Amino acid sequence: MGCEIRYITYQLASKEVSNEDLATTFEEFSAEDIYKKVGIKKRFHTSEDIIGSDLAFQAANLFFNDTKFPKEQIEFILFCTEGLDYIAPMTACLLQERLNLNKNIGALDLPSGCAGFTNALGMAKAIVESGQSSNVLLLFGDTPGLVSHPQDFALRSLFSDAGAAVLVEKSNENHIGNFVYGVDGSGAKHLFVDKSCLRNPIDKEWLELNNDVGGMPRGQMKMNGLEVFSFSIKEVPILVNEILEKNKLKMKDINLFVFHQASKIILKSIQRKLQIPTDKMAYYLENNGNTVSVSIPLCLKEAQREGRIKKGDKVLIAGFGIGFSWSGTILYF
Amino acid sequence: MNIQELIEKLEEEIEEVEKGTLTPSTNIRNIDWWSSMHALVIIALVDIEYNVQVSGKDLKEIQTIQDLYDLIVKKS
Repeated sequence: MGCEIRYITYQLASKEVSNEDLATTFEEFSAEDIYKKVGIKKRFHTSEDIIGSDLAFQAANLFFNDTKFPKEQIEFILFCTEGLDYIAPMTACLLQERLNLNKNIGALDLPSGCAGFTNALGMAKAIVESGQSSNVLLLFGDTPGLVSHPQDFALRSLFSDAGAAVLVEKSNENHIGNFVYGVDGSGAKHLFVDKSCLRNPIDKEWLELNNDVGGMPRGQMKMNGLEVFSFSIKEVPILVNEILEKNKLKMKDINLFVFHQASKIILKSIQRKLQIPTDKMAYYLENNGNTVSVSIPLCLKEAQREGRIKKGDKVLIAGFGIGFSWSGTILYF
Repeated sequence: MNIQELIEKLEEEIEEVEKGTLTPSTNIRNIDWWSSMHALVIIALVDIEYNVQVSGKDLKEIQTIQDLYDLIVKKS
């Protein structure tokens, strides 16, 4: 017995932001400069009243519309985000009600960012293969835009707000390989949301300091791009080799490498370090931006749409980033 | 490896720089193409070509190409 990914849907936030739009805020750059710097043509930002679980809800509705999968057959939901609705209760509880799912199901949150898809997929595999349930609907929704300072060029130009829904189901043959996980909490300080949650809540001084940009009441994401970059190019090649080893495969056995779409320069550097031919690399950053935990399902969906994944293919997936946290596996199609 | 080889690789990698214009004493921060993206290009180049991991903090402390070379030698 094993399990497989049955269907993927994703939903980008509604407001498209072009490089021309960004160039009006960041006057020091032209639209062309911005493309040259980040390799992205457009990214998508949400409005103040649409948060991660709303985008996950939209993606789930797309899923049920597309597949006609009976809602009453869903046995478990895992909601993966770094922007929960409340500290308590779990947002997964709210999503059960909003999606009108059965009450006799499992529903858990999994707060995780750029490694969110691979972390959540590993948990879904464990739940299904241990016989706890025969399927898990993974829901993803993140809105980095809501915690990015309007003047922070790196965050504004790279990140997109998006949601996704992915059904993992029991299958006769196993289609999801062995997982590798990693974590280095010493990297937490290089990418984090300042003034958020219980440890470091917002105060009057913070709101006043950010008065000109609406107070940043949900906190502010802060990224040390250099440290995130050096972490990525050091750790991801090691992760790839560990995934191959754990699944008894060689580089040449892999038909497509789907990395979290962190940034063009990170992907290019990893590609070069691992000497991966360009036709085996998934680049779906240009028209979508970095969609956090949605990036890998988005790539899988688009690669399938373009006919880049055939029956019998082996696809290596690897998520990495905020935490620092990383994980990955092989998908057997 | 020698410093000339490093200079040639940098000139090849950074498209804004003309060949033959960098020297060991060139202060990378003072030249007009320097930006955060170039810092990333340099980290990647050093990692891939020399298998040396330079952190963002390391890079902030260096000024010239000679400093970068010395750092690579020290770390390799």
